Amino acid sequence: MMQGRHPNWAAPILSAVILVLFLAAWQLAVHDTSPTAGMDPEYAKLMGAAANTGKSAIPTPWDVAVKLWEAVRHPFYDHGPNDKGLGIQLGYSLLRVLLGFGLAAIVAIPAGFLIGMSPLAGAALNPFIQVLKPVSPLAWMPLALYTIKDSNISAIFVIFICAIWPMLMNTAFGVAGVRREWLNVARTLEVSAWRRAIHVILPAAAPTIFTGMRISIGIAWLVIVAAEMLVGGTGIGYFVWNQWNNLSLADIMLGILLIGLVGMALDRLLGLAASAVTWRE
Amino acid sequence: MEGVNRMHPYLSIEGIARHYGSRTVFRDLWFGVERGEFVCLIGHSGCGKTTILNILAGLESPDEGALVMDGREITGPSLDRAVIFQSHALYPWLTARENVGFALRSRHPSWSKAEIDDRAQAALELVGLKDAALQKPRELSGGMKQRVGIARALSLKPAMLLMDEPFSALDALTRGTLQDEVVSLVGGGRQTAFMITHDVDEAILLADRILLMTNGPEARLAEIIINPLPRPRDRANLHRQPGYYALRNHIVDFLVTRSRLLAGTRPDGWTGRNVPAISTFDTPHSLEIISP
Ligand SMILES: Nc1ncnc2c1ncn2[C@@H]1O[C@H](COP(=O)(O)OP(=O)(O)OP(=O)(O)O)[C@@H](O)[C@H]1O
Ligand SMILES: [Mg+2]
Repeated sequence: MMQGRHPNWAAPILSAVILVLFLAAWQLAVHDTSPTAGMDPEYAKLMGAAANTGKSAIPTPWDVAVKLWEAVRHPFYDHGPNDKGLGIQLGYSLLRVLLGFGLAAIVAIPAGFLIGMSPLAGAALNPFIQVLKPVSPLAWMPLALYTIKDSNISAIFVIFICAIWPMLMNTAFGVAGVRREWLNVARTLEVSAWRRAIHVILPAAAPTIFTGMRISIGIAWLVIVAAEMLVGGTGIGYFVWNQWNNLSLADIMLGILLIGLVGMALDRLLGLAASAVTWRE
Repeated sequence: MEGVNRMHPYLSIEGIARHYGSRTVFRDLWFGVERGEFVCLIGHSGCGKTTILNILAGLESPDEGALVMDGREITGPSLDRAVIFQSHALYPWLTARENVGFALRSRHPSWSKAEIDDRAQAALELVGLKDAALQKPRELSGGMKQRVGIARALSLKPAMLLMDEPFSALDALTRGTLQDEVVSLVGGGRQTAFMITHDVDEAILLADRILLMTNGPEARLAEIIINPLPRPRDRANLHRQPGYYALRNHIVDFLVTRSRLLAGTRPDGWTGRNVPAISTFDTPHSLEIISP
């Protein structure tokens, strides 16, 4: 009976406790004062300096926090291709995602409308969609690089191709599912096709369309990191890859943290937009 | 049917039918609605009432036959035939006033936004929803939603009003209030209307003529009742009117037994164009119903 009833502050407090426990466990796990003791000598040799200084190669939470503080203090510096502020790197990634996502929306929403309104078009296009939808967006990368040649545009294309399907499917589904009686009202009012599309079908399907957009932006953000690792140059994905080459695990963890935070922010933004157009009965 | 022009009623339904595969829901259906007349259709579930109303609205087309209104064949929906839907069918993303305004905008594309708002507000005030104009449907009760639907239909000043069991989803009290409002808004020959109902008292209160349909499949019009009760009618005193019980019992008797017995039959000499019209109701079989 009382399940699900708890004071407002309970969840945030619990989250904080979990965070502290996690950080403590992390600290304990990596902070080993006598690392070479009991360590396989071969492995100790391999670890080289890290082993001899008595520090694990895995950074402590504090190391990552220091990196984060540096990044927050100087987000936009630019010291050449391999050393840019994280603000700049995230900016590149966001720009690519928004371009690819925006183009996908421009194509997917009108196309989804047509598919949803015309059962014939839907049935005819369905086999193509079913085949293309499960293709990993990264599989398009070689083809994109070959045909487009520009690595930047190729990354945007990959975002486009992965973001398009959820929006297309959801728009078609939402449009096809508009309640018959709402369409009948419009018909008895002799509403023109255009006015019906904008004032009846679009608002009716908007919640479903936005759900598709939310899924799309999530996938796009997942894919951009991988795409940037492949095409290189700029972006948060490239940053993480570059830090791997530098063997700077603290920077990699910082990158992971920021990817997560930005992804959450994108999802929240679309969630807010979705709730603005969602009607309830 | 005396006194009306049988050749050219205002709305004329001429031999319409609906088939699903080899199953005939109804066929050979003929009737007319005169200008200013209020006609109710009563029949059991599944006999095709909604189908008939949708055909009148132009939302569906009949498999046979035709409909003629004011000399022109009905080929599709029209602003001149406004529909009040059973499930109110309001747009949940619009306020009550915007829902009415949406209809008004369709009727009057050139009106300014302010004019539309004013007229929509006036239409809502007519059905007693002055203060609910800016609320969304989910904030309204079932009765209020149905009132918005009525305001939306009436704001169009339609030549004909079509209603598919508009009050059947409401509780008895709300239903009664809304029936009174319909009487005052469209009663007395000011509005041509066609209404489907399950409620015998509702039909007696509102209708000039009541069409009785047999059960399906192959449903047909069995009788046309000419309502003898004088207007204006008052729901509270209706049952005190002489002739009320005889009329009511006749219809209830039809619904309880004859609609079933007559189902699928075509009596000798019966044709769809020649349905018996009845206006006196002190027949013995209707008295049997009273006794228990
Ligand atoms: N798509 C369909 N396929 C087959 N039969 C159908 C279809 N649509 C409706 N019917 C049949 O047509 C008949 C008439 O349906 P309709 O909705 O007009 O009935 P109704 O008289 O309005 O019933 P109710 O009083 O329950 O609303 C029903 O028997 C129904 O089974
Ligand atoms: Mg029905």
